[in-house]
Amino acid sequence: MSRGLRLIPIVLLLFLLSGLAWRLIKPADTAVPSQMVERQVPPFALPAALPGKPGLNAADLASGKPHLLNIFASWCIPCASEGKVLQELQRRGVTVDGIAIRDTPDALTAFLARNGDPYQRIGSDRQSDVQIALGSSGVPETFVVDAHGVIRRQYIGALNASNIPGVLRELEEIR
Amino acid sequence: MIAETGLAALWLAAGLAAYQFVLMVLALRSDIAVTRPMRGVAVIQGVLTLLAFGMLLLVFARSDMSVALVFENSNSAKPFIYKVAGAWGNHEGSMLMWVTILAIAGAFVALFSRRTGERTLTAALGSQAVLALGFYAFLLVASNPFARLFPAPPDGQGLNPLLQDPGLAFHPPTLYLGYVGLSVAFSFAVGALLTGEVDSRLARAMRPWVLGAWILLTLGITAGSYWAYYELGWGGYWFWDPVENASLMPWLAATALLHSINVLAARGALKAWTMMLAVIAFSMSMVGTFLVRSGILTSVHAFAIDPQRGTFLLVLLAIYVGAAFVLFAVRGASLKEGTPFELVSRESGLVVNNLLLSVVLGIVFLGTLYPLFIEALSGEKLSVGAPYFNALAGPLALLLAIMVGIGPLLRWRRERRPVFGQLKIPALIGVSALVMTILAAPAMHILPRLGFGVAAYLIAASILPLVGRNPLRAPLATWGMVVSHFGIAVALSGMAANAAFSSERLAIAKPGEILTVGPWQVQLESVTPTAGKNWTANEAELRASRGQGAFTLKPETRYYSDPPTETNESAIRTFWNGQLYTVVGKEDASGAWQLRLWWKPFVTLIWAGGALIAIGGALALLGRLLPLLRRRRFPEWRRRYA
Repeated sequence: MSRGLRLIPIVLLLFLLSGLAWRLIKPADTAVPSQMVERQVPPFALPAALPGKPGLNAADLASGKPHLLNIFASWCIPCASEGKVLQELQRRGVTVDGIAIRDTPDALTAFLARNGDPYQRIGSDRQSDVQIALGSSGVPETFVVDAHGVIRRQYIGALNASNIPGVLRELEEIR
Repeated sequence: MIAETGLAALWLAAGLAAYQFVLMVLALRSDIAVTRPMRGVAVIQGVLTLLAFGMLLLVFARSDMSVALVFENSNSAKPFIYKVAGAWGNHEGSMLMWVTILAIAGAFVALFSRRTGERTLTAALGSQAVLALGFYAFLLVASNPFARLFPAPPDGQGLNPLLQDPGLAFHPPTLYLGYVGLSVAFSFAVGALLTGEVDSRLARAMRPWVLGAWILLTLGITAGSYWAYYELGWGGYWFWDPVENASLMPWLAATALLHSINVLAARGALKAWTMMLAVIAFSMSMVGTFLVRSGILTSVHAFAIDPQRGTFLLVLLAIYVGAAFVLFAVRGASLKEGTPFELVSRESGLVVNNLLLSVVLGIVFLGTLYPLFIEALSGEKLSVGAPYFNALAGPLALLLAIMVGIGPLLRWRRERRPVFGQLKIPALIGVSALVMTILAAPAMHILPRLGFGVAAYLIAASILPLVGRNPLRAPLATWGMVVSHFGIAVALSGMAANAAFSSERLAIAKPGEILTVGPWQVQLESVTPTAGKNWTANEAELRASRGQGAFTLKPETRYYSDPPTETNESAIRTFWNGQLYTVVGKEDASGAWQLRLWWKPFVTLIWAGGALIAIGGALALLGRLLPLLRRRRFPEWRRRYA
């Protein structure tokens, strides 16, 4: 067997090792980005999730003013941690609308009492239909929607305090 | 004290493994005879590691929550068997189990191996110790299984519910035994490359280990496939999931090695190739362990996601496999090939077998790692799934199955007899089966159709080595081969039947509704809440019948509290001609339930075939080991002239 032939396994091993090492350094990103970014919010009309608060439809999001659209649920633990961040944004003048996924009024009332209520409107999406139409693959997710109802950005997973300046800047840019 | 005893035993074992490395260097550099102390130290090292693993089992059995590992992976409410199984249902414990098996394998080699030269044995034991040393370092530095918690918490966090299944008690240990059995072949190969003694004696010393490892890998894969089938509730037996592939790759390499090692043992040929395969087979085991333990691939199997541990394993992989490949590149040239053989001979049959298996291995390897390489080079994400694997590996597997019928009929060195005459009847059976599928099911897909034809041919062809002789006087090894090859035909027919005839019904049904799947009428009677020791569940009651003899099936969706997880417990009824497979999902707003129903004709043949393949291996192993035991009782003079 020639020397070159005998070196092939070593070369293949080096390829394999560098590929595996690269993956270790840069773990796979399992987030599923929405195909609806840079597109008009699809038409929908959701009933109110709570008696005292209006429901949500697509026209509410194209009201001439940028919105944050938060997809959440009372049964979602990261959503609870996100509550404070959304309230801070609301205090700074951001309009936050919510879509509650597969939720009940009782559970939702308790959830908002515990974690605060930043929402102007909350639509109830019992079968995740609107969530799927928006291209959201889980809770929580947050969409930045511009004045004309076009989705400009999607945040996958809970927002944290470090996201606040970025979100405010984006809303300022699309105003 | 129990945990501390375990830790101390582990440190001592690591020290002895380092000492073995020194002994190996001495043996290779000088003429000092170190074989006896080497054997002794290897045995003690094995015993100490076994002691450490025993201590780990004990703390898990006693639910000693002051040990961090027990706290993180166990819970006092768990059934006893899962408490014990929890010892290896986690990263640290499974690595300790791995090194325990490694060290015990070394001890067995030290106690019983008499076939190779002394220097080669010493080098092989040294190499086995170096393998173990890396894992000792890994355990002691990066993942101590015996670390304590202070103060001790009142109760533990529980075990992943997917793992709370009798399958867990056997599946990982079986695969690990298989992986580690290949480490012995690796160590023998490295030892022989170091001393230059690559000959038929070496092949005979390696063969039982390769055979044993291969049997366990076969069983592990078969059992794992059945586990995924009934526990995950997707109704499939093989998903080409990266981690499944990671267990298939060592199996393919071990299968090739198993066949080429016979050429080396009988004819002294294929030396370099066999050594290469021994290294590759173990490398694939290491890659498999790395993929599972580092969690870098998204998979149902990737339980632990921890880059630091992954790095450690990757470094070990690089050192061991890199060193073996370098050794091969340096020493490979000095290997003289043995007796030549002609184009039509047993040897060339086995070379064809090895080539086909290697190509299939390459296909699986490429498909498993291709997405990773593409993303590394271009940033583009893609996934490689069943269509690729089935389209590429399927036809090759069928070709291989055809060759399986021919190879065993050929003689060593050269074949002058007209062997193909014997294959007339099997070929006729195969072609008739093919014609029958065309007449009876014109719409069938091409792969299952060919699968039926090849399976029918192989069922007849595989028993030919026993035809024309007294089957009772045939060697056990021949019987083993026949049973294994017959098992391939059985598994193949199960796969073809499953692919061609399965019927599937996904539906949303209200209680009282009747659904049809295949020949079955299935009525959803009710869904009731129920509870077990550490879970609650929605249990559906299904009434199934095909004309007469109705019976009840009770699939469940279970909710475990520690940690909060949901699993589907399928309900399966087995008949001689297939399985009815049912799963219940979620309830929708209108009070209807998701139901998944399958009728899978002859699907059980897949695992029955896998079991037959393993049984054949066990017969062959018995055939290789029995003469050893018998010879030992003979007096010295008879042994010499026997």
